[in-house]
Amino acid sequence: MKKPEEKQAFISGVQALLPLIPGVIPFGLVTGITATEQGLSPLTTMGMTLLFYAGSAQLVALQLLREDVLPLVILFTVLVVNLRFMMYSASIAPHVHSLPRRWKWPLSYMLSDQAYALSILKFTAADASKNVHYFFAGTAIAMWLSWIISVMLGIVLGTGIPASWSLDFAIPLAFLAILVPAIKNSPHLAAASVGGLVAVLAIDAPYNLGLLLAAICGILAGVTLEQLQLKADSSADNSSADNKESS
Amino acid sequence: MSDLALWGLFVAVSLGTFALRFSFIGLHGRLHIPPIFKRALAYVPASVLAALVLPAVTLTGTEHSFTIDNLRIPAAAVAALVAWKSHNTLLTLAAGMGTLWLLHMFL
Repeated sequence: MKKPEEKQAFISGVQALLPLIPGVIPFGLVTGITATEQGLSPLTTMGMTLLFYAGSAQLVALQLLREDVLPLVILFTVLVVNLRFMMYSASIAPHVHSLPRRWKWPLSYMLSDQAYALSILKFTAADASKNVHYFFAGTAIAMWLSWIISVMLGIVLGTGIPASWSLDFAIPLAFLAILVPAIKNSPHLAAASVGGLVAVLAIDAPYNLGLLLAAICGILAGVTLEQLQLKADSSADNSSADNKESS
Repeated sequence: MSDLALWGLFVAVSLGTFALRFSFIGLHGRLHIPPIFKRALAYVPASVLAALVLPAVTLTGTEHSFTIDNLRIPAAAVAALVAWKSHNTLLTLAAGMGTLWLLHMFL
């Protein structure tokens, strides 16, 4: 950051992330606490946190580790949970692909839901400056620090919490907190209902493949309903056009 | 799981996740995503998260059985309502855990 306007862009990125921190802390705490309760050492938990740098994926992996699922199935399931990053990568690529590698590699590692959501708005704004990648770096680094620090806090707290508090229930609750706002229309609702139902029915599937099966069925349900709605809309348009012609 | 297998898993997840994040940024213009796949990606969060939440809330014990006196079901329902109204993680966690503790205390 040699120029003042680059520094300014970085700082406004950090500032843009600050209001999101209260939403990050509970996730980090739950992650640190459950990992510790499960018997993972602080070093293992921090290693996992740095290597994953993906909260939901880490909570999924912890839950599957608890159930003694095959590592290969855990890997596959976690990557399905992380597929959304590919979508972010595709959407942000036109704005960052020409940066040098020393930018692209660390920013790819730090591409989080929050940093993406804040930065894509800046990149696509009509008055986007050429320093937006500094803004992106600001959001990404601030997010990374908040996540790492809240998991550390969770590890510190985790050792002192009695089992009678049923803190394992915080994992499904944390997922619920992301799930409910993610349901924006009826195809999303269909995806969630089918996914949830199949997961319950397939709970005894071998190697815990039930989760993957449920995810695939849910996605298919969402896409199918979206397709049906598109068809219904276009035929409604056609019939209204017909009515106009006849009247 | 042995420590070696555990760290092996973490490293594999790390490489796979980095590949997903770097994919288009690194190979811009050389990688094309089919539209149907793009549409399918939009439904990943809802279906995966519901598939995680529903069994964890409705099935209990090592034999994964459904019981009517499972206090996690009403607690999750309250949390879902709070999540819907507030869009706030902390409030959702507090409402769910609080309801569960209250029910445990009085039932």
